[in-house]
Amino acid sequence: MVSTLGHHSLALVHGLGDFAMFTLRSFQAVLSSRRLVRRVARSMFEQGVRCLPVILIVGMFTGLVLGLQGYYVLNRFGSESLLGALVSLSLVRELGPVLAALMLVGQAGSALAAELGIQRNSEQIAALDTMGVNSLGYLISPRLIASLLVFPMQTALFVTVGLWGGSLSGSLLLGLQPGVYWSAVERAVGSADVQECFIKAATFGLLTIALCCFHGFNTHRNRNASGARGVSASTTRAVVQSSILVLAADYVITSFLV
Amino acid sequence: MAAAPSPLLLQVQGVHKRFGDNVVLAGADLDVPRGTLVTVLGRSGTGKSVFLKCLADVMPADEGRILFDGRPLTIKDAQTRADFRRRCSFLFQSNALFDSLTALENVALPLEQTTNLSDHEIHERSLEALKQLELEKHLDRYPGQLSGGMQKRLALARAIVTRPELVLFDEPTAGLDPLRRNAVFLMIAKYQRQFGFTAVIVTHDVTEALVASDRVALLDKGVMHFQGTPAEFSASSDAVVASFRDSAAHLGTTLASIRAGADIHSED
Repeated sequence: MVSTLGHHSLALVHGLGDFAMFTLRSFQAVLSSRRLVRRVARSMFEQGVRCLPVILIVGMFTGLVLGLQGYYVLNRFGSESLLGALVSLSLVRELGPVLAALMLVGQAGSALAAELGIQRNSEQIAALDTMGVNSLGYLISPRLIASLLVFPMQTALFVTVGLWGGSLSGSLLLGLQPGVYWSAVERAVGSADVQECFIKAATFGLLTIALCCFHGFNTHRNRNASGARGVSASTTRAVVQSSILVLAADYVITSFLV
Repeated sequence: MAAAPSPLLLQVQGVHKRFGDNVVLAGADLDVPRGTLVTVLGRSGTGKSVFLKCLADVMPADEGRILFDGRPLTIKDAQTRADFRRRCSFLFQSNALFDSLTALENVALPLEQTTNLSDHEIHERSLEALKQLELEKHLDRYPGQLSGGMQKRLALARAIVTRPELVLFDEPTAGLDPLRRNAVFLMIAKYQRQFGFTAVIVTHDVTEALVASDRVALLDKGVMHFQGTPAEFSASSDAVVASFRDSAAHLGTTLASIRAGADIHSED
């Protein structure tokens, strides 16, 4: 048992080291990467535009539910006027960055891991190496840079739509004055909250996209599955680990920033 | 005064490669003279592709030396390796084309990423390569929309667009019918003469290789069992060479025996 525990611990440390080196080398590769802006723009389109519908839909429903639940809870204490504060702080400080990141992992991260896995299996990545093209610089660096820009933007959009959802619930359905709701929002949210929101979004974006890229890029190193099964296994691992990582990182960042 | 270039563009000396307990290459050697078309023959599973990947610097060899233009390729010498990659192209068995890029984008990719040419120059050179391979009508098509032969030509266009001195072909005729096999060998021989690059092909198609190549090598049990001209290969009395070369005749004899009702003993 001790041996198994030791083996797993070593494997974990080894994996973390590999992941850290992969991310570091990808950033280093930016220096030698050519036509980077074009590739970053393409990655932003992949991560951003394609994920827009899911961000809008989930953001709206999150706001609607928060507005509904918040109104009835606050109503017990006669504090319905604070609904705007409750919805906005919940969205800006926690739910916005976390839920937006989870949606982006599910949509963009999984697609990314699968695409890289297929490119590895069909020797497209090996072809880049034979051409003298830095495969990390060509395939990974633009996606990491894009994630640092896209995740905060998508989170901002998620929060905005969520606030409108909360307003719809509170004002349109439950009769709270819109002015009361929006003034509470304005009074509650400070620049520190917005800063925390963007720090979280950028961190989640970098960590999750790097992890998805890592698993897809290294599909061939999976000893238990190869071919299509290997791609499927690395995609699943990428999504599960990224989701856990978002929640773990959220706790760590919150404990530092609160 | 500058030193005269070596007549050998590529020299492989005692390359070893193993995967766990499986020894794939056990000291393989190969000399590739400048401007020639060299074919490495061997049965399936003898490590021809591994040998080629070691040559292409995609897979590190465990032991041995590879000299390109007289200079050894070593892990520490990044400059020589970068120079080698700039002057060498590799054609994968699967073609390894980027399926999310069009034919034109596929060909332009190595120029975009490894040169400082302007967008206009890259476009012109990519177009020229595609025209030379008779693919100018399919610029905007994705690899998945092209036939197998066209994909092969597209992969060759991508390989030659950087004007390499050495092109390595990994089983370019695998899975093709005899007519297409001939066409691919003809295409390689034609463009090898036209562009003047040195070519190394690994294949198990003996007949086509003997017609198209300047030199032939036979990989068997991890070592290069034979190296010479096609005429020398055809005339060799070596048992391994003969069994590989005369496999079709051997098949005919064996089939005749089956039809005659005799017992068959496979050599394998």
